[in-house]
Amino acid sequence: MVRLITHNLLACHAKGCTTNNFPLQIKDAQLALREAEFNPDFLRGFIPRIEWAALVSAARQLGDESLPNEVPEMIDDDFLRGLHHVLLEIHIDEGAMVCPNCGHVYPISSGIPNMLLAEHEIG
Amino acid sequence: MIPTPDLSHLRKADYERIYEPAEDTFILLDALEQDAESLRASAPRVCLEIGSGSGCVSTFLGALLGSSGALYLCTDINPHAARCTRLTGSQNKISLDPLIGSLAAPLRHRLTRAVDVLIFNPPYVPTEEDEAAGAQVDAGITGAWAGGARGMLVTDALLEQVETLLSPHGRFYLVAVRQNDIPAIEARMRDRHGLDSAVVLQRRAGGEHLFILRIARRPPV
Repeated sequence: MVRLITHNLLACHAKGCTTNNFPLQIKDAQLALREAEFNPDFLRGFIPRIEWAALVSAARQLGDESLPNEVPEMIDDDFLRGLHHVLLEIHIDEGAMVCPNCGHVYPISSGIPNMLLAEHEIG
Repeated sequence: MIPTPDLSHLRKADYERIYEPAEDTFILLDALEQDAESLRASAPRVCLEIGSGSGCVSTFLGALLGSSGALYLCTDINPHAARCTRLTGSQNKISLDPLIGSLAAPLRHRLTRAVDVLIFNPPYVPTEEDEAAGAQVDAGITGAWAGGARGMLVTDALLEQVETLLSPHGRFYLVAVRQNDIPAIEARMRDRHGLDSAVVLQRRAGGEHLFILRIARRPPV
């Protein structure tokens, strides 16, 4: 499952690619929505680890405009429910993630991203 | 008591391509269960298993901590293992996020000091160095056990990354055997990385003397 929570943690790691290698651009995505159990404690604990701008832009690339540009100061239940949906319920089943810097393509097949590099591409 | 994950969906044909859970898997499950209380108390949010294989261990960890309580990232260089990991999660109603990749490579940039529970049951069997290196390139079942000289070829690479991956209260569980030289691992983590190691469980099984090492930052003085 490539959910946006995972996408938010993946960066290009090709040889020499160390700047502008995050977030990966999502291409040709086939999406599925799958319900997940809402856990506000998890979300509150995870918010500090999110790269917010990357999450907002990834969600917008997938047609979800629901997130605010910044994390609100008051984190209420409504905000957490919206975040829960974007982070954990939108699945990229097929498609690819492309490095904005070097253009390396990481394919997604049956919901599993292939982040392996060929031997000559490993830094 | 947390039951051993249901693996009845995996077939003989799967175990020709991925490692079938065995004594080394079960001692790791026992070590996690032994630490259940402190693991739950530390409220982990990011768990990362390297070389998840069948997915048995991350599924067990998910059952122990609660499926929605943490993110369970699982990497494996073997694409079939990534598929089996996801299936084992869903068979047991635990949400796992597998990816095909080597060690923590694509996650290191973003998970600097952010992994709360790191787990590795590495290819620890001493073999010829060439056999182990080739097995990693082939990304098949031999890569699940062939460890090169002292069985440390792959473990050595991860040990260099542990300190940068672990969150302030993070912990790393590593499976090892006697031939891996446990005291040398402990000394290296202490002297080069400032991390404390403890053997939390050990057991003889078949011809192997298995150890579970728990490695963490030193508590602030």
